[in-house]
Amino acid sequence: MLRSKHASSPRRWVDDLLGVGALVGMVGALWLIFVYTPLELVQGAVQKVFYIHLASIWNAYASFLLVFVASILYLRRPSAATDRFARAWAEIGVVFTTITLISGAIWGKPIWGTYWSWDARLTTTLLLWLIYVVYLMLPSFMDDPERGRRYAAVVGVIGFVDVPIVHMSVRWWRTLHPDPIVANLEGPDLPASMWYTVLYCIVVFTVLAVYLVRQRMQIDELRATLARLRSTAV
Amino acid sequence: MMPAARQVLTVVRKDLLVETRARDLLNVMLTFAVLSLVIFNLALDLRGPVVREVGPGLLWLTIAFAAILGMGRTFVREHERGTLTGLLIAPMDRGVLFVGKLLANLIFLFVMEAVTLPMFAVLFGLPVLQPAVLLITALGTLGFATLGTLFSAMAAQSRAREALLPLLLLPTTVPVLIGSVQATSHVLDDTVGGPPWIGLLLAFNVIFLTLAFLLFEHVVDG
Repeated sequence: MLRSKHASSPRRWVDDLLGVGALVGMVGALWLIFVYTPLELVQGAVQKVFYIHLASIWNAYASFLLVFVASILYLRRPSAATDRFARAWAEIGVVFTTITLISGAIWGKPIWGTYWSWDARLTTTLLLWLIYVVYLMLPSFMDDPERGRRYAAVVGVIGFVDVPIVHMSVRWWRTLHPDPIVANLEGPDLPASMWYTVLYCIVVFTVLAVYLVRQRMQIDELRATLARLRSTAV
Repeated sequence: MMPAARQVLTVVRKDLLVETRARDLLNVMLTFAVLSLVIFNLALDLRGPVVREVGPGLLWLTIAFAAILGMGRTFVREHERGTLTGLLIAPMDRGVLFVGKLLANLIFLFVMEAVTLPMFAVLFGLPVLQPAVLLITALGTLGFATLGTLFSAMAAQSRAREALLPLLLLPTTVPVLIGSVQATSHVLDDTVGGPPWIGLLLAFNVIFLTLAFLLFEHVVDG
């Protein structure tokens, strides 16, 4: 595990706990998904991807909410720590959005007969992914790093406010067309074992996300330290 | 007149004066818009009833791309000539500068549309020169211009210059694009009911006018 020399011991302890927790939790999630939950009657084994799908999109939305809050804080009072926090969560958010899109496509092929459909949720998720990829790219276009951080924060605010409006517009747009027949996985029809597994996966994925974000922030800190040392050495 | 309003007008007048002397912005936008209409028609071979279905989409793609081309230039021009520094030193609020730049952008876009819409009506044979479509055009253009003004100020400061603008503007203005296309289609097809597209455009404009107004100072300062 990566850690800076200056890292205090409680922080190291928390990181180790999160890392081990995420690892053990993921193994548990695999057991729950493949052994504990019953096989869905209509969809069969492919329904298993749903647990990963839902836990990923939950994490993606939570990540972008954190990016939004951190962006507002950064614009009010710029600090390297706030920026690092926002960037790390945006990266994790993009990773989980990617997992959501790919797991959705894997599910879509046998169930819908196609990897992709321009359904409202899919389209919104793809746009969400694009907005935050641009967010991550933005600072690399700026010569002044401080300006890059500030502009990323502006996009972090605009992007998050935009997502519900995008979703609404895409949903209305698709009302003109027939919706694909989606097997209803929501509501009281879902057996208790499936719900427990869903909730468990959300918790484990969140632990994993927090662990990865902390690692990401520490790498950023080390990079900043290295750059500072290099500039003083020369 | 209120001092703020006078300052806004000064910014607008300055932009219009620069444009009347240089003419590089409107000429490029207008030629590009007309060219797009021709290219779309060639690429898609539009004949018969298909025109009615895809026409509004083509019109709005043309407007969006021409707008990106034009708005990208406005701040880059000022950045290159050091005008922006002068504007920032001038004793006026950042909000005033934003409103001034937004109005100037709107004027350029409306001029572009004043040529594009009649050209579209002639080339595609669709009656877009009617009050309802003009209202939709005004609302949609305001949506593009609002985020366009904010993002083009950001793009001008980047190494990629205006190339960055479409990456920021296209995904965020999806509601404007869908809303304008659908509202235009509804008018042309004479359909009643359906989702409240005009309301969506209005909501988008109110939300992002407020946000862009508030965020603009973070974009131009420093």
